[in-house]
Amino acid sequence: MIDTMFIGLSLSSILLLVALGLAITYGAMGVINMAHGEMVMLGAYTAVLSRIWLDANIVMAIPIAFVVTAIVGLVIERVIVRRLYGRLLDTLLATWGIAILIQQAIRLELGLSFFGIHVEGLGPGLQNVPVPAALQGTFHLAGVEINTYRAFIIVVTIALAAVTWLLLQRTSIGMQVRAIIRNPKMAAACGVDVARVNALTFAFGSGLAGIAGVMMSGFKTVFPDMGTPMVVDGFLVVVVGGVGSLLGSVLSAGLLGEINSVVAALKNDTIARAVIFGVVILIIVVKPKGLFSFRGR
Amino acid sequence: MSFNRRDFLKTAAITSAAIASPSVIRQAFAADPIKVGALYSQTGGLSIVEKLLASAVQMAVSEINAAGGVLGRKVEVIVEDGASDPKTFNEKASKLVIQDRVATVFGCHTSASRKAVLPIFERRNAMLFYQTHYEGFECSRNVVYSGAVPNQQLGKYIPWIAKTLGKKKFFIVGSDYVYPREMAKVSKKLIEAAGAQWTGDEYLELGHSEWASMVKKIKDSGADVVLSNVVGDSIIAFYREFKNQGLSQATIPICATVTSEIEIAAMGPEYAAGSYTSFPYFMSIDTPANKKFIEDFRKFTKDPKAVTYHSLEAAYFQVFLWKQAIEKSGQVTADGIRDGIRGQTYDAPGGKVKIDADNLHCWLTPRVGQWQPDGQSKVVDAWPEPIKPLAYSAYGETESDLFCTAKGLETAKLK
Repeated sequence: MIDTMFIGLSLSSILLLVALGLAITYGAMGVINMAHGEMVMLGAYTAVLSRIWLDANIVMAIPIAFVVTAIVGLVIERVIVRRLYGRLLDTLLATWGIAILIQQAIRLELGLSFFGIHVEGLGPGLQNVPVPAALQGTFHLAGVEINTYRAFIIVVTIALAAVTWLLLQRTSIGMQVRAIIRNPKMAAACGVDVARVNALTFAFGSGLAGIAGVMMSGFKTVFPDMGTPMVVDGFLVVVVGGVGSLLGSVLSAGLLGEINSVVAALKNDTIARAVIFGVVILIIVVKPKGLFSFRGR
Repeated sequence: MSFNRRDFLKTAAITSAAIASPSVIRQAFAADPIKVGALYSQTGGLSIVEKLLASAVQMAVSEINAAGGVLGRKVEVIVEDGASDPKTFNEKASKLVIQDRVATVFGCHTSASRKAVLPIFERRNAMLFYQTHYEGFECSRNVVYSGAVPNQQLGKYIPWIAKTLGKKKFFIVGSDYVYPREMAKVSKKLIEAAGAQWTGDEYLELGHSEWASMVKKIKDSGADVVLSNVVGDSIIAFYREFKNQGLSQATIPICATVTSEIEIAAMGPEYAAGSYTSFPYFMSIDTPANKKFIEDFRKFTKDPKAVTYHSLEAAYFQVFLWKQAIEKSGQVTADGIRDGIRGQTYDAPGGKVKIDADNLHCWLTPRVGQWQPDGQSKVVDAWPEPIKPLAYSAYGETESDLFCTAKGLETAKLK
């Protein structure tokens, strides 16, 4: 039973890892960022490339990936998303387009493959990110065998959630973000520089996705399409948790992860997935705004 | 210069005589290339694998052309892109067979794409050469299957696991679609026949990469060996999770039917070291013919690290079998190729192969490879000779009781 709970906790942490960035961008800016999965993918490729070119291991790749994907996020916000605020469907389509562009850029090795140049670590194939021996296998804690890498993910996720919470609750920029979440127009009227805060929020959300990508690269497959299924799960968590609520995302990730694990243990993963979708539909029907929502009118 | 009607007629007569003379005709005919199709995904998710298969076909054709072609004619490959989509495969196959009028297409990789093109080949009577190991349960007069069927991958493998490795409790795990499910059907018969038992038979969605619950199930089931029919990128997450939950290949080895050199390289060889895979061909087969094949392929694709594997080898050698079939029958038609190819043998990079006279599948040598810490396999067991392909072994087909013969499928035997 403890095993099953631990697996559930691990699934929750992975869900939250991907959803954390989304919770902020979707919550604060109302942008459905379809390219969020591709930010995860870029983070994973940063881990691949920094191993090949900088000889950096997976732990060292975390800050590098954060910086790289935050910069990419900032550029996307400045160039495209900024022009589309308040037009939900247009941002959805535009970010979906960006997602395809990023995928193809990796697949075509940033276009260099047209000239017959091969960049190691890019291209359409599967990539390998080695995991340090210390993070492989298991360790024992109070008589229970614990999967080291999954424990590592849980620790990283808790740390990131804590940092995000501190930023939102204890800094002045965090207060501005919270003001924008509640009511962007009123925040602007009170002197908050909404454009600047939005750009930073988007960059931070993308950076979190990049870290998620590094963590994924250690136990999932790294290839150009890897982000697509993750963004779906991320949206489930955010929608159930309530748009704009960090606490809501944490709780809904925990709920969905544990349900998945328990049903998978009792029946199998396919049914677990169906049950998850059923639960999500039920929650949305009963509470259309999600479990927690602070968005004002 | 004047040019009157009489001069014109004279010239015309001479020219037409020259054109009509038999020797000239034969020459013109000889210079006419034999067109064949190569129908693989050049784009989309499956293009990683299928592009390589297309390269293997093209390499074989270029070797045949360099050696003088087939019946003195050059071979010309028309490459079409299936775009990883069965519907596109169907359209492109129609184009090749109807518009380009080719009698032969080398192509398809997934069973879904093969099933999508099959009606075209059967209705228009053309030949498809299909090189990938697949689940069997097909008996078409218009397909030559050069890859392995379940009895060739499992028939010797499971008794070997039970006897040589001494394993008695199997956990069968696979991706959720027709190939792993058919493989599991055959496996269960063989496991029971070998005096062992199976403790689990579970499936995960194709492309699923969250293995925590499944690996825990394996751990709790008390199985002493895992039979894996998992395909694609799920394999990597599976082997990693297996080690990360504290399971060891030394005590509970994963015995796979699909895991190849490509996935091992992507997961990191330390996760797979000690596990097994059953294939008729491994890159590590230590013969001069295979070394030359690997070297030639790397040169042809200009990739010094290119990896060779079972379906790649089959994509290559099937072209030579096709050539021999035409040379035997003297005809470049589907009927000529079909008659000619029955019983054809060829010395492939991985050893001798033969097209079965009954079901147009390929006789192949079952081998078991154990993955080493360097990511290469070591062939730990090989059957002494190629064995007969039985596409319906899951339904009780045996060598003495054939379901699929040159006459077609005996549907009455399928209960």
